[in-house]
This record gives sequence, structure tokens and C-alpha cells, in this order.
Amino acid sequence: MDVLKQVEKEIRKCVKCGVCRAHCPVFSELRREPAVARGKVAIARAVLSGGIELDDRTYADMSRCLLCGSCVEKCPNDVPTDRIVMAAREVLARKRGLSSFHTAVRHVLKNRGLMKTGAYLAAVLHPLFLRKVPGTSGLRLRFPIPFVSRKRHFPKIAAKPFMDRYPEVVPGEPDKPRIVFFVGCMTNFVYPEIGESALRILRKLGCTVIIPKGQQCCGFPAISGGDRQTFDKLADSNIAALEKYRADFIMTGCASCGSALKEFYPAMLGESKPGLAERFQALAGKTLDAVVLLQRLGFKPEKVQSGMKSVVTYHDPCHLRRRKVTGEPRELLRSLPGAVFAEMENADSCCGLGGTFSVYHYGTSMAINSRKTRSIARSGADIVLTGCPGCMMQISDGLMREGIRKKVRHILEILSE
Amino acid sequence: MIEPRIIAILESIVGKENVATEKQDVFCYSYDATQMEYLPDAVVYPANAREVSLILKMANAENIPVFPRGAGSGFSGGSLPKGGGIVLVTTRMDKIVRIDTENLVAVVEPGVVTFQLQQEVEKLGLFYPPDPASMRFSTLGGNVAECAGGPRAVKYGVTREYVLGLEVVLPNGDIIRTGGETMKGVVGYDLTRLICGSEGTLGIITSIIVKLLPLPETKKTMLAVFSTIEGAARAVSAIIRGRIIPSTLEFMDHTAIQCVATHSHSMIPETAGAALIIEVDGDSDLVEKQVSSIREIIQPLDLLSFAAAKDDVEAEQLWETRRKVSPSLRRVNPHKINEDIVVPRSRVPEIIRRISAIHEKYSIPIVNFGHAGDGNIHVNIMIDKDIPGEEEKAEKAVRELVEATLELGGSISGEHGVGLSKAPYITMELRPAEIAVMKAVKHAFDPNNILNPGKIFPD
Repeated sequence: MDVLKQVEKEIRKCVKCGVCRAHCPVFSELRREPAVARGKVAIARAVLSGGIELDDRTYADMSRCLLCGSCVEKCPNDVPTDRIVMAAREVLARKRGLSSFHTAVRHVLKNRGLMKTGAYLAAVLHPLFLRKVPGTSGLRLRFPIPFVSRKRHFPKIAAKPFMDRYPEVVPGEPDKPRIVFFVGCMTNFVYPEIGESALRILRKLGCTVIIPKGQQCCGFPAISGGDRQTFDKLADSNIAALEKYRADFIMTGCASCGSALKEFYPAMLGESKPGLAERFQALAGKTLDAVVLLQRLGFKPEKVQSGMKSVVTYHDPCHLRRRKVTGEPRELLRSLPGAVFAEMENADSCCGLGGTFSVYHYGTSMAINSRKTRSIARSGADIVLTGCPGCMMQISDGLMREGIRKKVRHILEILSE
Repeated sequence: MIEPRIIAILESIVGKENVATEKQDVFCYSYDATQMEYLPDAVVYPANAREVSLILKMANAENIPVFPRGAGSGFSGGSLPKGGGIVLVTTRMDKIVRIDTENLVAVVEPGVVTFQLQQEVEKLGLFYPPDPASMRFSTLGGNVAECAGGPRAVKYGVTREYVLGLEVVLPNGDIIRTGGETMKGVVGYDLTRLICGSEGTLGIITSIIVKLLPLPETKKTMLAVFSTIEGAARAVSAIIRGRIIPSTLEFMDHTAIQCVATHSHSMIPETAGAALIIEVDGDSDLVEKQVSSIREIIQPLDLLSFAAAKDDVEAEQLWETRRKVSPSLRRVNPHKINEDIVVPRSRVPEIIRRISAIHEKYSIPIVNFGHAGDGNIHVNIMIDKDIPGEEEKAEKAVRELVEATLELGGSISGEHGVGLSKAPYITMELRPAEIAVMKAVKHAFDPNNILNPGKIFPD
């Protein structure tokens, strides 16, 4: 309960005006007050006052949040409902134990070897349990396995993780910036092409790229399930790994990893040891999303492409939008010689993944996603670009479900061509 | 507590999934934007008039209070289940049934969000003017029940002006229709107008016929910043006196400006004494003419700066700032007593002076903002209830505010309704004979007093 008490002041800021009802993607589907930020804050308050227990129902209500932050951005009183929900999940996890899925997540995240082995097995053995969806690059489960909807389409796991392909330091020109690359699990194991693209661009710019071997998962999947212990541990390993090398910037190519490093580490950690808060602040100050970094480094896409121009559109990942990184990707795409940029409607609305949200609420997740899918279809674009591998997986799943053939790529991929 | 037998009946009417009784549900339907809280016993989500009728028939027979609720964003406690009972949520009835472009009317269900109707009709070159600050989330059912206003009321009037007809379920379960799709109609009493603004005490609205207007060709939004509150208040009266009716004429005092100053899009200097957001609409040549006339009229009145928004984005940012005022007042003090007085338009400077005097007398923060163009000012008395004596002091201030308002020929609520929060004051405005006739109307509709009991009239 202490964790929830720590956010009591924030909980009391809510004046119940109802503005969040216009902005919460989960509420727009479920249409009931416990699903919206105002309701969750009311439940958290009643838990503190003893009116509501930390029971199954509270657990279910708190699980229905994407942590997308739309309500936080629009709230006239800046109520950080995402942090309140995370705190509630933490006290729930302490009282009831982790959910079976998050227990699995804990084991995998805490043990990079296990993650690697799992990824290796998945890469080699995927034909056994995944079948190719005709006419697409997606895969589907052949038979049910725990936590996973059989309707879901999966990307292929990389045969060789990104981080195994390069030494820890890829040297560049001595007078050019030194960049530490925080890779993230999705890029490392599922979409190594994002890492390859980042590396290609940075090397072209003459940067020295450092890929610290000690880096772990950012911890977001753990804390989103209330697993504070794992989150703290991963954050500890990450700060050690990232501080090891002198660097001008720390780059992320995953919106969620970026938010973990830039927002959640400094906001949630640092009280335990003296000096730790300053270290997390310093880390956050140096951390930049790839597109922001590229703009700072004066990157301009090359003028090579000839012939057919493709029409591209851009989806704002929640974890970039809430950090106000919305102009940079568009500017870069507009300057792309081989592409025409077409804005989609509601580009800034959540794709519906919400990390582990989609595991327990796949139906709601997909209902939210289908709004996105319709916007994409109407935009007339051939290629959907975004800045988060999680969004890429979710958007691809949605497009394949509805039989819409469009490529989904990370913005770094098209910028590196 | 409601007996399990009653819950079973509710479940048989709307389906098990549309009845909610767990603690988490009742806590989530215990509040509105007033910050008062009363726990209901059950929450029910009917899908249509037939289900609403069955619920009311049962509740009437069993003598169980029913509290209709839209988005729960009201400012007077109108939807709060004081004393317990069933909260009836209308948001599943959320279809825009029809937009008739021949007759310029639309038929909607009560759970449609106001902004959603506005977007749909504007696609067709039509216009539904009422624009309460909550329009992006409040429902049309709630807007009609409370007779919601909004900034555009100064030119276009309030919700009542746009309601042509209703389908209403009475407390005994009878389904009646009032008015219709015609522009005129004088057969029998005007029940449409009676239900509109009746705060859910006479019946539950299940269908609404609204009148639409052609969408004005263009509009221009202006920001006028004044060094003194007096200057801004006099500007309001001067514009109206100058025979210009802007589509909005919004007022914000110094404290209101400070509350929203931290928002990234606020364009109002923090040091300003007061500001007006003025919008004019119509044909483009007329709009330009009005902009320059307004500027001329207000120039001598302590005007610090005057600027017209250069595009829709800038105009929307101004409005976003204005809409954020009310919820962000918490920055002044944790609790607000939210008054919604209205005076004849020429008396705006005078009521502002009277409010300043009350503020000084009780040394209590009072924030003023609102639709000054129609004389409707949101007076927010900001207190910290944890400080002993603050509440009593605020109560005295409210009483003096009400007295001042009535002395100037005004009314204690322009658009928020009486609900629970203003019930103690209605005898100051209404005479016994008037209250008696209203109570007789209530009794004729709801003899057992099961529908939204405890509202409007003090116990």
C-alpha cells in the first residue's frame, strides 16, 4: 500500500471533470466508467480509504489500461493516471502475487540467457508451432499455447539476434560523436533490421557506436505488470551498462524503451541509494530517440531514389507522442526524396498494444487497433512507418487480420536506404 | 440495499452484463464534476426505450429511486444517487438515428456525445450550436435534461432553443412523445420545453429531435487582453450596446488566466487583469467588418492587446485554454464552490464589482470566468475545507452573491442546473406559489417521487 500512498497526492488532484472520457482508447471501446482514467483514479482512492479491496475485480479494472498516457496529456490537472495505475498494479502484485504471464515475463527478463535461448528456439523451431499466413509475411499459431490468442499474427524471430552480430564498440571517426545504442528486446530478437538501419546511418555520419553487452530489457514489460522488483533490477543493470562508456548521447529506437529511460527511471527510481537519482537524471538527459538524435546530428536522407515514389504515412507511438516527439519524424519523412508523405487521421491515437495489455485483453486491443487500421487504409499510403517495434507488431497484426496489404516498417529503415 | 430479487429483475430486463453491483462499479458511478459522492446500490445500462420503461415500471412499483445519468460531468450534482438506488446510464443509447438535410433536423439517442453530433452535421454543412465546455464528452441526453448552454449561447441560445421534440419514459413506464419534427406546433402544453432543463426529475429522455442551422461560412476568433477587470466587463456591455452580437463573448479574470498559464498553448499573458475571447461568425465580409467594429468599441477600455487568431489551429488553442479553466482551478485551492449566476447583460460590470467586494470582505479567493456575453458568469469560490471556518465563510459569501445577483435582476443558475448544490438557495429566487406549481408538476409526472428524488427542491 505504501506505493499507492506515495501517489495519493496525485490521486487527490482529480476533480472528476470527465475530460478523460473523450481521450481514453480503452474507454472508447468499453464505455464504462471503471475503464476510464477518472474511474481508475476513483478506485485507487477507494482502495486507499478502505472502501474497495485489492481483489480480483480491482485487478481486472487496473489491467484495463494501455499506459498510453492520452489522459495524462489532456488532463487539466495533470493527473498522472499511468503512474497511479502502475502503483496500483504494484500493490496488487505484492498482495496477490504476479499473474502467471508476468511470472513468466519475470523469469525471461531476469535471465538474458533464457531470453536468448528462447529466441533461438523460436527462430529455429517456429515452423513447428507457427504457420505462414498466405500472401503475407505473418505467422499464426498452429495450436494454442498459454497467453496467446490464436488469431494473432506474429513476426518471425531473427535467426541471429542483433547484438550478437557486432562487437561492443563499432569505431567511427575520432572527432565525431560517440553514441551508446540501447537496443531493446524487440529490436534485438524480432526486428534486427531496425538495429542494422540505425547502425548504417550512424556509421555514415562517422559516429562511433557503442552497443554495451550488459544492457538488458528496459523493464517496461515488468513494471506494466506491477513487478517492481524485476524493474528495479533491470534498471540497475542498465544504468551500469550504459554508464560504462563515455558517450555524447544514448540512442533508443524503441519508443517504450526511450520512455523507460527518459521518464520512468527518473520518476520512479533513485530514492534507494544516495546519488542514484542524479545518475538516472543524467542518463535521461543524454537519452534521445533516434529521430531526434538524427536531426541533432544534421542527418539528411540521401538523394538517390529514382522512378516510382512510394506514399508513406506515420503512426505516432504513444511513448514518443507523450514526449512531444511528433514533428521530427514528419520533417524527416517530408524531406525524403523517394517518398510522398500522407498524414493519416488520428495518427496520434494508440495502436492498442499497450505492452502486456494485449495479452489479457486481446479483443479490446484489436478493437482499438481496427480504428488505426481504418485510418491507415484511408490514408492511401503504401508503407506505414513508426518509431516503435511494439507498434509495428500490433499494426502488422491488425492489417493482416483485415487483409490489407501494406508494409509496416520502422522509420529508421526507410531513412537508411 | 436493494434486494437480490430486484437485481434479478433488472438482469432479466437488460441482461446480466448490463447490471453492475460490485463495489468498483458503484464507486465509479458515485460522483460527477461537483466532487460530491453518493454510492448507488446498482448501475444499469439499458439499450432502448422499452428497457427503460420496464426498469421504471418495476422501480415505481417497488418504490426504488432511479437516477438517470449521461457522462456524469454535471456541475450541480443532478445525476448523483443521493440516498441510494439505481443509477440508470444512458450511454448505450448512442446512435445518431437520422440527419435530415431537407428539413434541417436530426434525430439522436440520448447517449450521443454532443461533439460527435456536431462533427457529423458539419460534414453536411450544417450546424448544432450548443457547446458546453464538456461537449467532447458530455451527452445530448444530459445536455437536454440540464438545458446546457455554452459560449455560443450569446448569439445562438441554449440547448432548449434546438430541441423540437422528445421521446420520454415517464416514471410509471409510459412512453410519451412531445413536439415533433415540425418548426411550429401549439397543440397542448409545451412538454418539450418543460422536460428540457427538468434535470431528470420528470422522465427519462430516450430520443431527441434537434433543429440544425446552416453552418456559417466563416468565423474569426479574437483575443482581447485588458489591464483591468473593469475594462473587460465594460467591454462586454459596450459590444452588446454597439448592436454587435458575437457568436461568443467569453470572460476570464486574472486568477483564471493564471490557472491556465502553465498550459503550453495559453496565449494570454499571465499578468493580464482580464481577457475576453470573442468570436464572430457569418459571411466573410461581414465577419471582417465586425472584427474592426469590435476593436474600435473596446479600444478605449484599458485594452492591452488585441489579436485575431491567424488560423483554425490558433483559434482552437484559444478555446482549449478556455475549456481548461474550470477544471484547473484546483491550482488555487482544493475545493471549489461553483456558482453559475446570470444577470442582464448590461449589469455585468456591476456584478463584477459586487463580487470583488465580497472577495475583499471575506478575503477568500474568487475566480470569475464564463459567458459574459449573455450575462452568465461562473463564479468559483475556492476554499480548503480542511481549514476550520473556511466552509462557513464560503457559505456566507455564496449567500451574498445570490443576493447581489437577484438584486440586479438575475438568476442563480444560467446553465448548470439546481441539482443538489443550488437547492438550498432556490427559495431566495422563487416565491412559494412558484415552487408550489413546480412541485405539483413533479407530482403529476412522478407521484411516488422515484425519479431523481432530492433534486431541485430543498427537502
